[in-house]
Amino acid sequence: MTTPVLEVRNLTRDYITSGGFLKPAKVLHAVKGVSFTLEKGKTLAVVGESGCGKSTLARMITLIDEATSGEILIDGIKANAAHVTRELRQKVQIVFQNPYGSLNPRQKIGDVLCEPLLLNTKLSSAERREKAMAMLTKVGLQPEHYNRYPHMFSGGQRQRIAIARALMLNPSFLVLDEPVSALDLSVQAQILNLLKDLQDEFGLTYVFISHDLSVVRYIADEVMVMYFGDVVEHRSRDAVFSAPEHEYTRTLFAATPQTDVEHIRARIARKQAAVV
Amino acid sequence: MSLLEIKNLTVAFDTSVGLFKAVDGIDIAVDNREVLAIVGESGSGKSVAMLATMGLLPATARVTADVMRFEGRDLLTMSDSEKRKIIGKDIAMIFQEPIASLNPCFTVGFQIGEVLDKHLGLKGRAAHNRAVELLQQVGIRDAEDKLKAFPHQMSGGQCQRVMIAMAISCNPKLLIADEPTTALDVTIQKQILDLLVGLQQQTGMGLIMITHDMGVVAETADRVIVQYKGHKMEEADVLSLFENPQSNYTRALLSALPENAVGDRLPTVSDMLFTAAPGVAQ
Repeated sequence: MTTPVLEVRNLTRDYITSGGFLKPAKVLHAVKGVSFTLEKGKTLAVVGESGCGKSTLARMITLIDEATSGEILIDGIKANAAHVTRELRQKVQIVFQNPYGSLNPRQKIGDVLCEPLLLNTKLSSAERREKAMAMLTKVGLQPEHYNRYPHMFSGGQRQRIAIARALMLNPSFLVLDEPVSALDLSVQAQILNLLKDLQDEFGLTYVFISHDLSVVRYIADEVMVMYFGDVVEHRSRDAVFSAPEHEYTRTLFAATPQTDVEHIRARIARKQAAVV
Repeated sequence: MSLLEIKNLTVAFDTSVGLFKAVDGIDIAVDNREVLAIVGESGSGKSVAMLATMGLLPATARVTADVMRFEGRDLLTMSDSEKRKIIGKDIAMIFQEPIASLNPCFTVGFQIGEVLDKHLGLKGRAAHNRAVELLQQVGIRDAEDKLKAFPHQMSGGQCQRVMIAMAISCNPKLLIADEPTTALDVTIQKQILDLLVGLQQQTGMGLIMITHDMGVVAETADRVIVQYKGHKMEEADVLSLFENPQSNYTRALLSALPENAVGDRLPTVSDMLFTAAPGVAQ
């Protein structure tokens, strides 16, 4: 059996709110004992509402935040967020939700893309530049964008830049924290297509965090539903979508707006019945 | 007669490269008891059109229209002081970012009280009682306590409920909701949409939903206007729009929905428009 790209064992994260005089400190369990494994080339979607711990989980597996307890194994290597080696940093990268906030406004796109190489590899500046140019075309931008600043780009283009930056080090897996929820519908479709194209080309593994079930259904192989720090359901996409097991998953499905004609017809009929 | 009637609305801004038309010749009409959805992507001018109606655009905007009438009264020739009596009272608006549109320095109760005082002249006990009643109406439990809360002490969904409470405080005839649920989770989104549609049906007001989310349109609207780059692409009742979209742009938008994906890749709006529709203005 091959080693999974990512293995997480019993991961927890507590936040302690500072207490004061006569006010005891409170412990918030943001993530409570999460375990899963992820094979190469697969997409795991993590679903849940705000405050359920899905972004905390993302920060732990990208080694930004330390876990309170539990183990993270990346390509079989045990990772510790307190001492991230260059090797591990190259294996895991993240794309954030808001492409307006995640790019430095004073840094040219070329420098944005070269910086991971500068920090983590010993490539010469000409080699770095060449790689960055190649990556720009891969994500659907032009080489002449190299010397521009982030404010010259639209939201969708910025998200392409953020994806390009994350891919510069050829990571083993990529964490995508709500990558399309700040984007318009048509741009969202382009970015989702890009992610699929890149996955086919490089055999990438994604951890895709989202609260939009229609996007999840389109992109995921496996779905993990989180609720107040717990994983309440983790199965294949088809299993979750055809027969959701947990009560909360069903609530999520019921809340998701539906665009099929039958559903609209039923709603209009209900409304007319209410008026008469 | 329509509740709000706008004909040939154009909103232009001066830019360094000449006049930019954010809204170009759009007609909008809403009746009592009707939910109209205006759909479009960012930059389609859907918010600008409504802000122009409310008179909330900066002075640099050039607003022109052939007709802009609310209940038969001409909004174009009306003086500012007369307009202020209608805006906020008979026409109310709620915005996308509930936390950003409440004032962080004042309690919720103070901010609701301000509206009641300005438009209805309610003060003291009467204003307090009405504020409690409003919060209960929008589904906030322990309304008495929440009046003393500051916006940062409440969740996004609760703040949006407070915004709705302020908007309906004067029993408006028309409520304009500009992306009311974009910043919220799906479960909270459902609650807020149910609340808005429920209030609309109870009070019989007109409701304009500005959104980019086809799901929200499908769940709430009676009639839909699709806008693209300042132009109206299509206007239809909700069922015919989803069943049989007339314009290429609407068709492209609908096929870009992930749930309608056929095969492995999503068709994007640009490939649909540039292959199928040479007539669409770029």
